[in-house]
Amino acid sequence: MKREESFSFTIFKYVTLAMALFVVFFPLYSVFIGAFKTQKEYYQSGLRMPADLFNFENFSKVIEIGKLGLGFKNILIILVIAVAGNVLFGTMVAYAVGRFDFKLKKPIMGMYLIAQVIPMVTTQVATFSVIKSLHLYNTMGGPIILYLGADVLQIVIYLQFVNSIPKDLDESAMMEGASLFRIYRSIIFPLLGPATATLIILKTISIYNDFYTPYLYMPSQKLKVVSTAIYSFVGPNAAQLNVISAGILIIFIPTLLLFLFLQRYIFAGVTNGAVK
Amino acid sequence: MFNFSYKTQRYLILFGFLTIPVLLSLTFSYYPAISLLYYSLTDWSGLGWDMNFIGLDNYKEIFTKPEVFGALKNNLYYFIGGLVQVALSLYFAVILTGKLRGRNGFRAMLFIPYVLHSVATVIMFKNLYHMEYGSLNVLLGSIGLESWQQSWLGNKHLVNFSLAFISMWKYMGLNMVIFIGALQSIPSDLYEAASIDGANSRQKFRFITLPSIRKVMELMLILTLTGALEAFDIPYVMLLGANDTSTFVIKTVDTAFKYQNFGLASAMAVILLIMVLIFIVIQRKLLFREER
Repeated sequence: MKREESFSFTIFKYVTLAMALFVVFFPLYSVFIGAFKTQKEYYQSGLRMPADLFNFENFSKVIEIGKLGLGFKNILIILVIAVAGNVLFGTMVAYAVGRFDFKLKKPIMGMYLIAQVIPMVTTQVATFSVIKSLHLYNTMGGPIILYLGADVLQIVIYLQFVNSIPKDLDESAMMEGASLFRIYRSIIFPLLGPATATLIILKTISIYNDFYTPYLYMPSQKLKVVSTAIYSFVGPNAAQLNVISAGILIIFIPTLLLFLFLQRYIFAGVTNGAVK
Repeated sequence: MFNFSYKTQRYLILFGFLTIPVLLSLTFSYYPAISLLYYSLTDWSGLGWDMNFIGLDNYKEIFTKPEVFGALKNNLYYFIGGLVQVALSLYFAVILTGKLRGRNGFRAMLFIPYVLHSVATVIMFKNLYHMEYGSLNVLLGSIGLESWQQSWLGNKHLVNFSLAFISMWKYMGLNMVIFIGALQSIPSDLYEAASIDGANSRQKFRFITLPSIRKVMELMLILTLTGALEAFDIPYVMLLGANDTSTFVIKTVDTAFKYQNFGLASAMAVILLIMVLIFIVIQRKLLFREER
């Protein structure tokens, strides 16, 4: 009796999983097939596979008209600077706050904890005037400095991590006369490596996905990033569903590859980041 | 290289390592939050720097005009969607933590939507929901459910559900992985002890699993609530908030940038900020109570 019950439950589990997978993959499947179809074919062939799986016309069209090349170039520049800055500042703050006692230590930690709960989306109206008065409006500097200053995820992750590095290491390095900067560079920074890997991936995904910041602060045509490029492509070209599908597919690929190869770090980061 | 005493070095490190990050955080987190309060008491248009102090007039306008708070009704769809999504993610987390063939593969596949580009995802659903050529109606037609075909984005009663579904689609896998992390941290001897005492699996779920993940549950519910309050990308990218899909943040952004009324928009943002902070304080209080 008991065995029968668990057998039907096993069936139930697989059926629900299959349904969930269908819901996840059906939109992806329809984008995938749509990207290789001609416009006429798109409207007539429904859910069937495309006639020609090597029809890359839509891809070249969307890259050219949709300025995806420019978008990828710009977001790459922003990503490299913002993520490198996050790693640098995050490790520096974690070292200073995690290793030394000083008067402002408590206020600084409290400042980061509170900053964590201020939702960025609500303060944008005022942030806008700060960016404008710093003459960073319509420059890449705007989003870069916001990614550096307004988000504190890196500090939270590094502060948790730095405490797990034994202090004996610092002390024995000091016995041998290493400078404090040397200790940061040769002991703390390398040992924060796993946290850095997680941070780089999570930040890359969130900056690459961000629409709000570049949309508000960089309206210039020359400063299109991937999100704003595809957004402004869709408006006037709403009829060409096949070309739009090709654009979506191209944009999906970078983070998908990142996920497939670095799954472990992503899962670790998501779990630790949330359950703090 | 550094011939300073450790005391001097300590000052150099503290000063050199903290000044810039702290200044950045003050400039881009704290200063905006405070100046938001000030702007909310003015009639600033956002163009130039002319502004007059008008006291609480902006707040009066918000509380007397029904359409501002009316937008919160649309945020409600994202909250309901979020609750369903938390329930689903808990279910899948539980079955993927237990014994099951291929559970790592299932976990990875269900997580995929979270890593996909968010604007491209919304546009993908825009195509999917297309009245005539969208895959959803095509699929329904091909399995003989023509009567279920809908104008997913045109029908006023459906459109907000269609939009909230995108958010569920995107975040279910994320919440599931967070739940799996929490479930795996429950010591297995608790379950063994319960088995020895003759507990069945339903009792184990009720008396071991649920209490152990309560903290994560609460966090998730608050994130669902604040996430719903801050909903912006999906309705904005899809329809620019048209067809009665405007959320509170869309209304705020429009007030500031479309209608050039930064003063009023600041007041709306302050109200949103206060709502979010209230929920976060409630959650912290709940957690604190539990730890004692």
